[in-house]
Amino acid sequence: MKYRDPVNDFPDDECAEFQASMPARIGAGEDLQNHPHMLTCERCRALVRDLEAIAEAARQLMPVEEEPPDELWTQIQMAIERGDA
Amino acid sequence: MNQEKKIKTVNPEAEATETEVFASKLEAKDSPEGTAQTADQQILARAQAGDHAAFAQLYSVHKRRVYSLCLRMLGNVAEAEDLTQEAFLQLHRKIATFRGDSAFSTWLHRLTINVVLMNLRRKGLNLISLDEALDPSPEYGPARSFGAPDLRLSGSIDRMTLEKAVEALPAGYRLIFVLHDIEGYEHNEIATMLDCSIGNSKSQLHKARMKLREALRAPAEEVAK
Repeated sequence: MKYRDPVNDFPDDECAEFQASMPARIGAGEDLQNHPHMLTCERCRALVRDLEAIAEAARQLMPVEEEPPDELWTQIQMAIERGDA
Repeated sequence: MNQEKKIKTVNPEAEATETEVFASKLEAKDSPEGTAQTADQQILARAQAGDHAAFAQLYSVHKRRVYSLCLRMLGNVAEAEDLTQEAFLQLHRKIATFRGDSAFSTWLHRLTINVVLMNLRRKGLNLISLDEALDPSPEYGPARSFGAPDLRLSGSIDRMTLEKAVEALPAGYRLIFVLHDIEGYEHNEIATMLDCSIGNSKSQLHKARMKLREALRAPAEEVAK
């Protein structure tokens, strides 16, 4: 059996086709990690690693809370007084 | 009497400070978590009974959480301020209906999300077919930056860059990404909130992450040139 380089032997269109199908596959609940293409294609595995890294970064970096402007409370009080609440 | 209904101006920061002092005294005495919870429950009960000073304390405690959630979901400061105000006005209207089935902060969080979603629906965002509505020709060629170090290993994701990239996402993608990857909601919960299928939520999240990947790679690639 001919050795297939996991990085260089996959033509662009094969990866493009697989990557284009990812949203539908994920939506259908398919486990991409076990797809034959993923098992042999380093390019697409790297893509999935990137997406996981983005999710992980969001979990770790994004929950920083921001302070609303001071005037906001005054506006809320005024709205309550006007009977908007 | 009308005067009794008149709302006195309250400085929530000052009220919060008093609450914190009260809470810290209690905490020093006994079980920290239990006593702090009791203090919070007392403030909540007073606010439910119409005590405006207690409502101001609630605002002070929860304003950052509510504002930050609005800001992330909307990606726009002016709109985030408007909807933070709307969320607290709704809270003022509905607080008496809170029965304690969940934590108050969880309840307020959901109330805020509903306020934002209602606003987006009013503006005509179709939450079911988000990608078709917002991104008619998504590009799904093979990963263009093939050969470049991956994002995780290169350590190229910092908070500021990520925040900007999330802010620049199309509204529908941003919504799903914020709810799932930042706020921690499950796909079944998001599907219920957005009235879409679980599969739709999953595939939209994937597309949102793909968009972010492109955005995050762009600066790194420019540096590498």
